Amino acid sequence: MGPRKYDKVIANGRVIDPSLGFVSEAHIFIKDGRIVETQADSPAAKKLVKSLDKDQVIDAQGMLVTPGLIDVHVHLREPGREGAETVETGCRAAAAGGFTSVCCMPNTHPRIDNQETVKFVQDRAKTASARVYVVGAITKNLDGKELSEIGDLVKMGAVAITDDGRYVQNPEIMRRALEYARMFNIPVAQHAEDQQLVSGGVMNESFESTRLGLRGSPAAAEEIAVLRDIALCRLTGARLHIQHITTRRAIEAVRQAKREGIKVTCEACPHHFVLTDEEIGKEFNTHLKVNPPLRSRDDRDAVIAGLVDGTIDCIASDHAPHSDEDKDCEFDQAPSGMIGLETTVGLVKTYLIDKGFLDWADAVRKLTINPARIFNLPGGTLAEGSPADITIIDPDKKWTVRGDKFRSRSKNSPFIGLKLSGQVSMTILNGGVVYER
Amino acid sequence: MSSLSSRHLLGLQGVPKDDIVRILDTAESFREVLDRPIKKLPTLRGITVLNLFYEPSTRTRISFELAQKRLSADTVNFTPSTSSVKKGESLRDTVQNIEAMKIDMVVVRHQSSGVPYYLTTCLDANIVNAGDGMHEHPTQGLLDMFTIRHRYGKLNGLRVVLVGDVKHSRVVRSNIWGLKTMGASVALCGPQTLLPSEVERFGCDVYTDIDTALEGADVVNIMRIQLERQQAGLFPSSREYTNLFGITKERLKRLNRNYTIMHPGPMNRGEEISSEVADGDHSVILDQVTNGQAVRMAVLYLLSGRKEEGEE
Repeated sequence: MGPRKYDKVIANGRVIDPSLGFVSEAHIFIKDGRIVETQADSPAAKKLVKSLDKDQVIDAQGMLVTPGLIDVHVHLREPGREGAETVETGCRAAAAGGFTSVCCMPNTHPRIDNQETVKFVQDRAKTASARVYVVGAITKNLDGKELSEIGDLVKMGAVAITDDGRYVQNPEIMRRALEYARMFNIPVAQHAEDQQLVSGGVMNESFESTRLGLRGSPAAAEEIAVLRDIALCRLTGARLHIQHITTRRAIEAVRQAKREGIKVTCEACPHHFVLTDEEIGKEFNTHLKVNPPLRSRDDRDAVIAGLVDGTIDCIASDHAPHSDEDKDCEFDQAPSGMIGLETTVGLVKTYLIDKGFLDWADAVRKLTINPARIFNLPGGTLAEGSPADITIIDPDKKWTVRGDKFRSRSKNSPFIGLKLSGQVSMTILNGGVVYER
Repeated sequence: MSSLSSRHLLGLQGVPKDDIVRILDTAESFREVLDRPIKKLPTLRGITVLNLFYEPSTRTRISFELAQKRLSADTVNFTPSTSSVKKGESLRDTVQNIEAMKIDMVVVRHQSSGVPYYLTTCLDANIVNAGDGMHEHPTQGLLDMFTIRHRYGKLNGLRVVLVGDVKHSRVVRSNIWGLKTMGASVALCGPQTLLPSEVERFGCDVYTDIDTALEGADVVNIMRIQLERQQAGLFPSSREYTNLFGITKERLKRLNRNYTIMHPGPMNRGEEISSEVADGDHSVILDQVTNGQAVRMAVLYLLSGRKEEGEE
């Protein structure tokens, strides 16, 4: 028997690939970790599938088959806080959430502001169950004062730069970062919250913060940050990516800037299109403490509208693991952030697709080809010759989020106990199954 | 079983009118006890109360302690300076130690909003909030209401003005919720920088002009102005604060004839309140202190679920 023409076929699924404009029942043929071809369903295609060995066929009948999902905003915590997450556990969580590629943030200890740390993370990722793309620091030690050796970082493989968790407060430094990054055609990703205006705020400033007596961070802190950076983007011609956008007016600013042709993109997180600041007062649940904070209903609706009209390009989880010990404390003392890799698909399905805001193709676009293009990543497509990174989703599967089921090392999710529809059934990386429910 | 609708007193938001009336009525009878030569009842004998004060407090802690002693409860105090909190013990660990000590009731003050609620999730004890962050200070709200009701025989229909640092004051918040539940009309007045976001959603009249705010009011409750707010740039100087918001005799002319002056203390005389006003005939500032004991006795007693002798 000669060499097989195909190693594997993902048969009978409904294939959704926005990069190819493809939504159809189809069969995906894989060889040597790459996609050889995608054949729309036909009697001939069925016959071809039937001709293969049973163990070569992954039957995706009734399932959605998409390019491997990409999350451009993930904290893997390694090096430095391995108690909360490691590259390995974070990538296991990614695989369980349907993500085959993640971009990890540089606010580790030490910071990813040098080649050695980039290399360290890349080495850790070699055996992991997802591709890890490193995002380097804009400034040394994320201090907002001196540019990191961005050229070095890019040379080592950093796909973007950010000081995530912190806003580059000094506009002159941000301007230089944008100009400098432009040489390498990488986006500068910004955590857009004016720190001086945040002024120690631990939740959204609103009647809820007033009522609860918690320091508020006003929506204006984000609006100002986004407007300033759009102005700098216009000035420099560089690529700006606004991370986890949350407010109506900041989204409107991005909308206008895009109309003007400015190279600005943005992402939104599931918690910002699902939750509002009104949840916090119920029990001061520290899992609801996140930066930027959960906003008002009006802002949440604006995030959804931004996703619908395309102003918001990507859905990213801002997966931010924290140990139980760190989160089990006073609300204002708790660290910010929640995990998200393993709940994103269910939240997108339940809160965006089932509610009629997005169809599957729209949603998959924001989880595949859009992030791939913005961060210059190779995946996000099922085009022939692409790496066989594929996600299979059981679109209407009902499930309940359970803390003990998380692959992440941390369990800090406010969604535990929530009933969701739509669940990842299988994740394939480089043609190999890295997750199967 | 608590004699109120909740086992805990975490705040006055959402506390039903019946509970408030019950607390105030019970406090009336305890108030009489305080005028007796022997100010002690056996009511809470055998009950152990922990005063857990993470934040410095003199009057509230002493008031609670006296209330506990007058009801014959066993009292222990725990403050960060004499505890292991400074060594970095987590709140959870501290609380578990307390649980192991078999405490029946915990009176807690903490600089972080929500800590009293947190304690309810990890302790079986009844929790009484003695002030959490900028959130609530329910016994202060109750004692203020008690003092007003004691004077007017009612709360319904009265006009109460709360003056000063509305933004950072847990006393203001507890007063607002309690007074509104009881049918009083509440006005807030302070510099715009010390009025919190969307303050109008409390359902109060909001003023930045003190003279307008005082017009036709029955009660003025004056909040202490903290020096650190000036340092944070929230108003330019205490001199200017006094000029714009200080309660002086001159300003009292706008009030109803039978007006009342209140202050939760400690006062900055000559700043938010002039000595003349603080010591004037209409001032009930020291009555508030005495009443505070009676109200705290009532709260502890009702939460304990103990019955008076003769009752089943």
